[in-house]
Amino acid sequence: MKPQAPKRQPYGTLELGLLNVQDLHVAYGKVEVLHGVSLEVAEGEIVALLGSNGAGKTTTLRTLSGLVRLRQGRIVLGGEDITRLPAHKVVASGLGHVPEGRRIFGPLSVEENLRLGGYLLRHDLAEVEKRVHASYALFPRLAERRHQLAGTLSGGEQQMLAIARALMLEPRLLVLDEPSMGLAPKLVFAIFAIIQQIRAKGTSVLLVEQNARQALRIADRAYVLESGRIALSGPASALAADPRVRAAYLGG
Amino acid sequence: MQAFFQFTVEGLTIGGFYALVALGYTMVYGIIRLINFAHGDVFMVGAFIGWTVLVTLAGTHLPIVLALFVALATSLFFSGALGVVIDRVAYQPLLAAPRLSILITALGVSLALENGVLLIYGPGFLTYPHLLGTAGFTIGGVQISYAQTTMFVISLALMFALYLFVHRTFIGTAMRALAVDQDAARLMGIDVERIIQITFFVGSFLAAAAGMMEGLYYTQINFYMGFLLGLRAFTAAVLGGIGNIPGAMAGGLLIGLLESYGAGYISSRWTDVFVFLVLIGVLVVKPTGLFGERVVERM
Ligand SMILES: Nc1ncnc2c1ncn2[C@@H]1O[C@H](COP(=O)(O)OP(=O)(O)O)[C@@H](O)[C@H]1O
Ligand SMILES: [Mg+2]
Repeated sequence: MKPQAPKRQPYGTLELGLLNVQDLHVAYGKVEVLHGVSLEVAEGEIVALLGSNGAGKTTTLRTLSGLVRLRQGRIVLGGEDITRLPAHKVVASGLGHVPEGRRIFGPLSVEENLRLGGYLLRHDLAEVEKRVHASYALFPRLAERRHQLAGTLSGGEQQMLAIARALMLEPRLLVLDEPSMGLAPKLVFAIFAIIQQIRAKGTSVLLVEQNARQALRIADRAYVLESGRIALSGPASALAADPRVRAAYLGG
Repeated sequence: MQAFFQFTVEGLTIGGFYALVALGYTMVYGIIRLINFAHGDVFMVGAFIGWTVLVTLAGTHLPIVLALFVALATSLFFSGALGVVIDRVAYQPLLAAPRLSILITALGVSLALENGVLLIYGPGFLTYPHLLGTAGFTIGGVQISYAQTTMFVISLALMFALYLFVHRTFIGTAMRALAVDQDAARLMGIDVERIIQITFFVGSFLAAAAGMMEGLYYTQINFYMGFLLGLRAFTAAVLGGIGNIPGAMAGGLLIGLLESYGAGYISSRWTDVFVFLVLIGVLVVKPTGLFGERVVERM
């Protein structure tokens, strides 16, 4: 089962980006943590979503993926309304999610992790194997460690595995939640280079980062999330020059 | 020494039953952290379905082997389906609720199954058709019946098939993945609720196989038979390290052996004391069981 081309639906008068998020309200229990977040990712873009700890970045991504229920709002991916889809169906609609903290399956082998990334293709084993090998071409380190348990990989390798796993279905949009977290500067650089490669191959990217400097360096546009609201947005270069962003996220 | 081997043969036979039932406890615990108290009763229902089919077929002129096969297939399939229904009706709605709710529900399901069978079949013992002859062979004075051999081979074959299923198929890999991290599994496109159902099906299927074999072996079944056996099988799962599949297999065989040696060398009245003493002893020394250092992850 290939992720199918979604039914296109006319959607208001808005210019349709690839991802269109409108007025997202999300609560944990009674406490609302997202108060009307709207954002957009166009085809072929890298968009950064910045913000300090607890601003609601992870919640935003988890809501997009259907892991968290929303109170109000609308999420459209490639013309398909995915607002209330369960998580496993959102994946089929073309959204790949590299979660915060990597969340690889530690007791499973590297190769098993990758195959699970292709779970929705399980009726076409040849295709799964083909894509596993394509991952190895992109991440040679993973090929060397294919039979090792994923939990024994280094942090950087685990991050690469998490990314490779999310790419198995060739998503239209890849969302990454703090992929540079806890990595040495050299590895951070490598991860950001990989994200640029992924975009060059035609996958759009929504990148959540605390490492604002690096994120703004590779992003086309960015949003700044503060306490569950979008406080600022614009071209990455403009935000990098904005005194408020410099003060709060770029260390002055 | 001859007695020792004789007890070993007996112990492995019933140990196979325990192992099959223990697998259901351990798999369900592995993926949803539930001690499924109703599991022993699914074993019992499996025995009753098998009995019903066999007794019905006894009137026809079906060859015995074929009748056994039909009974086994029916029992395994419907017990598997029963497991799925229990999961859908009783457990799924409570997965997000506090653990205690679902545990109490499991006790309720157990009572419901026992009383349901009590209502339909009555409180007495039913006699399984005596299909297994006592024919067999002797090695060094140790008597081994063909029935024992066949049942042990069936138990091992089912365990091996399960091992392949869990390690070599996409669905099995998905089971292991969601035992580790449900949300991450969802992000792979895995329909977690469906995989949980499949797990219940497989666990119940194996328990029913044990139920029917127990019926054929001891020839007596009763609505209450799942309670004690369930307790011992659960003990086997804990002994092997709950959540751990090879652990449940080994734990089951071990409990079977302990029971058989206990009954043979001491007294069958002391069997359970013996079994639980060993369990306590193991848990004191190794709280996560024989095989389970990191319980969840060893499925
Ligand atoms: N599972 C949860 N239950 C309750 N509150 C949560 C949960 N996850 C996050 N929160 C709260 O929601 C807010 C946003 O958190 P999060 O989305 O993780 O922020 P970020 O990723 O930007 O650091 C925080 O105040 C956090 O404490
Ligand atoms: Mg976060």
